[in-house]
Amino acid sequence: MDVQYFFELFLSGLTRGSIYALIAIGYTMVYGIIELINFAHGEIYMIGAFTGLIVAGILGTMGFPLPAILVLAVLVSMIYCAGYGYTIEKIAYKPLRQAGRLSPLISAIGMSLFLQNYVILVQTSDFVPFPSLIPEFAFLEPIAHIFASSDFLIVVVSAVLMAGLTLFIKYTKMGKAMRATAQNRKMAMLLGIDADRVISVTFIIGSALAAVGGVLIASHVGMVNFAIGFLAGIKAFTAAVLGGIGSLPGAMLGGLFLGLSESFGAGYISSDYEDVFAFSLLVIFLIFRPSGIMGKAKVEKV
Amino acid sequence: MKGKISSFVVAVCLAFAGAASADTIKIGVAGAHTGDLASYGLPTVNAAKIVAKQVNDKGGINGKQIELVVQDDQCKPELATNVATKLVSDGAKVVIGHICSGATKAALPIYTEAKVMVISPSATNPELTQSGQYPTFFRTIASDDAQAKLGVDFAVGKLGAKKIAVLHDKGDYGKGYAEFAKKFIEEGGKAQVVLFEGITPGAVDYSAVVQKIRQSGADTVMFGGYHPEASKLVSQIKKKRIDVHFISDDGVKDDTFIKVAGKDAEGVYASGPKDVSGLALNKEAIEAHKAMFGTDPGAFFDSAYAAMLAAVNAVAKAGSTDFDAMAKVMRSDLVETPVGTIKFDTRGDAEGVGFSMYQVQNGKYVEMK
Amino acid sequence: MVAREFFKSLGVSLWFMVLTFPLVAVRVNTIENTIQWRWANLAIVGVGAFVLSAVWRWALVRRETMLANAASGAGERSVRVWDSPVVTRTLGAALLVVFMGIPWLVSTYQTNILISFFLYVMLGIGLNIVVGVAGLLFLGYAAFYAIGAYAYALLNHYFGWGFWTVLPMGGVLAAVAGVLLAFPVLRLRGDYLAIVTLGFGEIVRLVLENWSDLTGGPSGISNIDRPGFFGQEMTVAGTNIYIYYIVFVAVLVTFVVAERLKDSRVGRALQALREDEIACEAMGIDRVGVKLMAFGLGTAWAGFAGVIFAAKTTFINPASFTFFESAIILSIVVLGGMGSNWGVILGAAFLVLLPEYMRAFSEYRMILFAAAMVLMMVFRPQGMIPARSKQYRIVDRELELSGE
Repeated sequence: MDVQYFFELFLSGLTRGSIYALIAIGYTMVYGIIELINFAHGEIYMIGAFTGLIVAGILGTMGFPLPAILVLAVLVSMIYCAGYGYTIEKIAYKPLRQAGRLSPLISAIGMSLFLQNYVILVQTSDFVPFPSLIPEFAFLEPIAHIFASSDFLIVVVSAVLMAGLTLFIKYTKMGKAMRATAQNRKMAMLLGIDADRVISVTFIIGSALAAVGGVLIASHVGMVNFAIGFLAGIKAFTAAVLGGIGSLPGAMLGGLFLGLSESFGAGYISSDYEDVFAFSLLVIFLIFRPSGIMGKAKVEKV
Repeated sequence: MKGKISSFVVAVCLAFAGAASADTIKIGVAGAHTGDLASYGLPTVNAAKIVAKQVNDKGGINGKQIELVVQDDQCKPELATNVATKLVSDGAKVVIGHICSGATKAALPIYTEAKVMVISPSATNPELTQSGQYPTFFRTIASDDAQAKLGVDFAVGKLGAKKIAVLHDKGDYGKGYAEFAKKFIEEGGKAQVVLFEGITPGAVDYSAVVQKIRQSGADTVMFGGYHPEASKLVSQIKKKRIDVHFISDDGVKDDTFIKVAGKDAEGVYASGPKDVSGLALNKEAIEAHKAMFGTDPGAFFDSAYAAMLAAVNAVAKAGSTDFDAMAKVMRSDLVETPVGTIKFDTRGDAEGVGFSMYQVQNGKYVEMK
Repeated sequence: MVAREFFKSLGVSLWFMVLTFPLVAVRVNTIENTIQWRWANLAIVGVGAFVLSAVWRWALVRRETMLANAASGAGERSVRVWDSPVVTRTLGAALLVVFMGIPWLVSTYQTNILISFFLYVMLGIGLNIVVGVAGLLFLGYAAFYAIGAYAYALLNHYFGWGFWTVLPMGGVLAAVAGVLLAFPVLRLRGDYLAIVTLGFGEIVRLVLENWSDLTGGPSGISNIDRPGFFGQEMTVAGTNIYIYYIVFVAVLVTFVVAERLKDSRVGRALQALREDEIACEAMGIDRVGVKLMAFGLGTAWAGFAGVIFAAKTTFINPASFTFFESAIILSIVVLGGMGSNWGVILGAAFLVLLPEYMRAFSEYRMILFAAAMVLMMVFRPQGMIPARSKQYRIVDRELELSGE
């Protein structure tokens, strides 16, 4: 096989995988703490892209330079998505803390549909062009034909954010509180940890990361519409499951694994069945190894 | 919203008027008038209204007034059958529509059974005429395979393409175009298909497919689909520094494509209906639209106007709404329309309607002679 | 007190105005470089959030008191209209008579709408067996609808098989597919199961879309035969009425079977499993067998409905079987009342008939239903017409005499 072609596919898988990993973190953190699949998470990513678009549109007409627009669009979109994540938790999940398993899930699906239709209503149901915010880096010019600057930025930003998050979880007080709550919520509460606050912070962090993914990928492909969250969300969830849901390094690894396998699948086999491939991986993993690559098998206590 | 309600009111009034005066010629107008695809269906309603008014003002067809029965199918197959049954039971003998190929396919068996003549301004699926299953179907727009043929001839003949990568968006329209393109390339024997792939609309990234294009060594890419995916593909091809010709279809021959893709769009080829803006009747039709509705007409207005004129002519010459008599006129009589002078072949396709190839030059589509 | 509530609402209102500001108030076009400011929308959000937050807090308080009441046993076992067999039987009989006569009184168009309504009732009741009775969240139900529809379309297209031959097969095929899917996923917990079924639903749709040689791909299959009536030729309007009666009878059968199922041995086992699996297994319930049964029984109805759907429209394509379709069927069940078949009928009326007659609101349809799904879960998780499990009364002479 052609080595260069392999390398090209590897890099394109890396870009994809980084984005999946960024979104997957949101799923995995929420699941780790309240054991809920937050179906609305993909929609947060989509709202992040739209917010970025609006910020970029406003700043663009005001004549800001490109790198400034990019940074501001990402930051504003992170703040807003954090707000959305926080609010969604308060409305759709918090009142259901005591309810059974089914209710929060249905509530989450309702929330996901609500956000999609909200964007259709207040924005549009069409594809909207997204300006190319990522500047061309001069030092990448020699390899730009295989690794463009937007690919580079996506990979680097994701890596930095994930490293930062890992440190946050490991060393800060909040991070410790999160880990404690994930292990045993009742015990953590007994020890004086404010579980509600931990949950809120979890939603805020996950949503802000999804927002970064949303803006970067929208700028990379140049298009957004209300439905992009559904597919990206499912793929990211798949990534979270592959890595072992609830595990942070697992989400990153799962994201990369999925991105690379999609890329090689499309490159060496065919892109016709690209999504079938991802969904099949999801189903197979859930059935045969529900704890994922990194996760530990859990024993249900009676 | 206002437009929807008023068109609904008109439809209701017409329906009641129909019950009152039996001696009119009822022409059904079916298509998407609400929902996502309304912008494709409403211009046809306007065209039908304009022609109906003109004919009625001149005393109607052989002394009978035209009465329009407007029905909304939202381009959904399950609603299209409802609409078709409704039109047939309301006594329409001619229907202008439907707009989408899928909805048309669902509705046609009902019309075929009732011997109702159907003229679509926009359903381009080749099967509709070529399968021979729908003898009462006509259309004033060329079918998708004609576009694919034009694209392939252009690529092989004019651009000298040897290795062609054929891509599509997995949709009804795009995949149809791509499959025909593949067939014509292989039949021609002068070039070869080096890649045939579907891409997923809305996927986060197309770079794997783009790398595959490079790997295949293609000198030309033919893409079947719509402009959102086309602009993503074109810009990623440029980003990855791949030098190929890009040829696409009517779904891409849209000014939005140039706006979105910006300078990446330069040099892209796309086929679209022949430029008929020079025809006197075309200008007249547009003026009539401005006079009646105060705006420029929308998608498929020309071909809908042509369909309506052909229908009026068929009823007038046949002297009745008997299908066989009307069909004979449709197949033999040349009619002046805003899309040119046309008549229909035995399968129902219009002769004299076709596509041209356009190229983006300096931010505009220019017709290639 | 009022002042505090007022400021709370004001706070919420401000929060929402800030939160929704970019999306609601601004629309940009980065190509033309234009910005559209829509301040009026923001005012609507502000006022709306103010009112809704007050209602929200009031409702939450009310919910708490209700829960407290329920816990202390005060508001227990209130007699409801729906529980009285006299009411349900009279209502059922009245509906039966009305629906039997309807196609002769109204236009073909109205009949057609009622056919869609009945199809959704069928789908809803089928899904209700899995979601409501067995408590297994199932997100790919449209896949089984598709299996039924494509079974008829393909067998008819390639082999010319008739409607009546395929109808039972469609149901059986869907049931077999349901059991096959259920087999490996049964060990999964509720939320994983939801995702696997969602994935399965998407796989089925994608395969239908991509396997052009067999299924016609996105162009679908056209010219499917309508149901035959002893070889009689029928007009379109006649066939329509005929299909109406077919689907009506199908709904009746579905309803009766589902109602009987709930109180059957399997049904009671399912409801028990829903509440506590481990306890059930300890009691000797065959967990796997019972759950497989639930899947099979639930998906079979989707298969039947699919065959009828294909025969009705005579044209199908994969676009009719998206996740969106599954979500609509799920919301019919959820809004109506999980486990309650009368609830499903009411839910289908809300989600299918209402939008059809209120076209003006079609833009708001989905957002309202989505909001209703969340609100229902928070405030009334049992749905509009909650399910009631059967009560058994034991008459024991001795107890009566000795006690009071």
